Amino acid sequence: MVTPTALEYGAHDPVLPQPFDDRIAAAPIEIATRLELYRTQQEIRQLEKRLYDLFLQNLVKGTSHLAIGMEATAAGAAAALRPDDYTFATYRGHGHVIARGVPFEPIIAEMLGRRTGLLGGRGGSMHLASAQHGMMGSYAVIGAHLCIANGAAWSAQLRGTSQVAVAFFGDGATNIGAFHEALNYAAVYRLPVVFFCENNLYMEYTPISQVTAVEHPAADRASAHGVPAEIVDGNDADAVYLSVSAACGRARAGEGPSIIEAKTYRQGGHSRADPGKYRPEAELAAWLAHDPIAMYHQRLLGLGVGEATLSDIQTSVARAVDSATEAAIAAPPPDAADLLRNVWSDGGWSWRN
Amino acid sequence: MAQLTYRDAVARGIAQEMRRDERVVLLGEDVAGAGGVFKTTSGLLAEFGPRRVVDTPISEQAIIGAAMGAAMTGMRPIAEIMFSDFLAVCWDMVANEIAKTRYMTDGAASCPLVIRCANGGGVRFGAQHSQSVENWCMAVPGLKVVAPSSPGDVVGLMAASIRDNDPVVFFEHKSLFASKAEVPDGDIVDVLGQARTLREGRTCTIVALALMVPRALAAAEWLAARGIDCTVIDLRCLVPLDTDSILRSVTSTGRLFTVEENPRLCGWGAEIASIVAEEAFWNLDGPIIRITTPHVPLPASDAIEDIALPSIERIAITIERTLQR
Repeated sequence: MVTPTALEYGAHDPVLPQPFDDRIAAAPIEIATRLELYRTQQEIRQLEKRLYDLFLQNLVKGTSHLAIGMEATAAGAAAALRPDDYTFATYRGHGHVIARGVPFEPIIAEMLGRRTGLLGGRGGSMHLASAQHGMMGSYAVIGAHLCIANGAAWSAQLRGTSQVAVAFFGDGATNIGAFHEALNYAAVYRLPVVFFCENNLYMEYTPISQVTAVEHPAADRASAHGVPAEIVDGNDADAVYLSVSAACGRARAGEGPSIIEAKTYRQGGHSRADPGKYRPEAELAAWLAHDPIAMYHQRLLGLGVGEATLSDIQTSVARAVDSATEAAIAAPPPDAADLLRNVWSDGGWSWRN
Repeated sequence: MAQLTYRDAVARGIAQEMRRDERVVLLGEDVAGAGGVFKTTSGLLAEFGPRRVVDTPISEQAIIGAAMGAAMTGMRPIAEIMFSDFLAVCWDMVANEIAKTRYMTDGAASCPLVIRCANGGGVRFGAQHSQSVENWCMAVPGLKVVAPSSPGDVVGLMAASIRDNDPVVFFEHKSLFASKAEVPDGDIVDVLGQARTLREGRTCTIVALALMVPRALAAAEWLAARGIDCTVIDLRCLVPLDTDSILRSVTSTGRLFTVEENPRLCGWGAEIASIVAEEAFWNLDGPIIRITTPHVPLPASDAIEDIALPSIERIAITIERTLQR
């Protein structure tokens, strides 16, 4: 029997990462792909760090949810997709947008509320999307987009395109009804969809273990819906890449949906308002040591990639982030006419004659 | 030209568009094999097959989500939510996701889909299966709202809704399913956002929607016999709203009555009263009167449900007494 009043706030057993599985280094993944995975993780980390700096300068308004520490899920999954596949992400979705190849400048400009933003300043941090990149949106009301990803998968099935839809969601989403509706629905119609749980151990401020009766909130529920599930190290981009590749292969072969539960960790708090003080020190330290980028750096060195190659990637990403930041800051804000654009398909907002 | 029921008009409108456009698909609970719990989709499975006419589980969020994702990626789905009351179960999808997608993406993504629901009272189903919820949808920017009153309008407005590039919530009235009218043969495609003036009179303007339209017309007949000559306007759509037709008529008659099935607060008639008060105030010869269901949940018992909904008698007497004052 859980008696929350008896618990000191934030007191819970630390959940530590499993050690990196060195066998994955030997997996048949091209070095070119691995360098791309490294670059994408660098892009996500460096861009999100820049976004954080921009908050501190009060240039980014509203809220924002960073995925620092979780870069391997976005990078690994996106590398397994075809350009015409569909990504559906959550409000912690900056990384997924970057991983699908959306340029930095419109992302930063959107965060800054600029007219040149990815969505003209109307979406903001929680709603980044770029349909032309297959990035079908970042959804900020938990659970909805699992059902919506089903629709994109159904459409691909009807059109016979062998496209796959991937829905990323947090551990917290597994306790909302839409998760269960979506899983059953996808299984019944054998939809080409991959449900990818980024289990970062916390649903907002609360340990997921405190509010969920099973250990693996997504994977343990999969069998109830007849969906195969796999648990992977979400901080290992290669492991994620292999798992998503396999799930997409099944989806394209008409074998239906899969669940992937990736164990990962949010190195910061839930949102900009949250310092994340509820995390046990030992847990935080262990996961900081299990950093996806530092680990991947070591793996690449072990595979014979030169330090100079990796530092060139870091530097070129840093330069790109700098120049995109400058351009975004210099861009104008939207004006009053922008407010009223694109409510309807005629481009306008009129509801009467 | 043949007699068509309102119920059969639903299937006819859908079939017309499914024949024309491969992208049009239908999904919902019991819509395929059973032909709909109200038999509004009879025959569609037989003609279009199980790929395009899909029976779903009782999962309103999954149904609307599937429609939305398909619409965003090139299809033209029609999703049935069996009773409009159940929009509450998937309101996140409708109000937060579908309605806002085009705006939030600055036009890069859109949701050309139709959500069909059986709406309204008069069938003794009680408070959770009888509501008129068109004003819920009207309150959300980004949703078009259609509520036809006749079989011909069902066909034509269904076609227009399916062809529209924006999301449309299409309210079919449960108490009208058995009603019949002559409907022309061949394809019918109407226009969203155009009210229809069903009767021209000089004394007052009555604006009504869905089930309230035949009641308003019958009340107007009764009033005509007593020398009160009414214009009756069937709104047909709440969004887009044909304010021109209303303002033109009120400018001529000087009096406005709305007949609304929804409970009183924030019913669609309040918006119309506000528009007329702002834009045609000096043409008014007396107060604007709203005839609505009282602000109560609908009861199941016929004896009191009939008192709750605006009846022909209540409409007629309210108008007669108001004009005599």
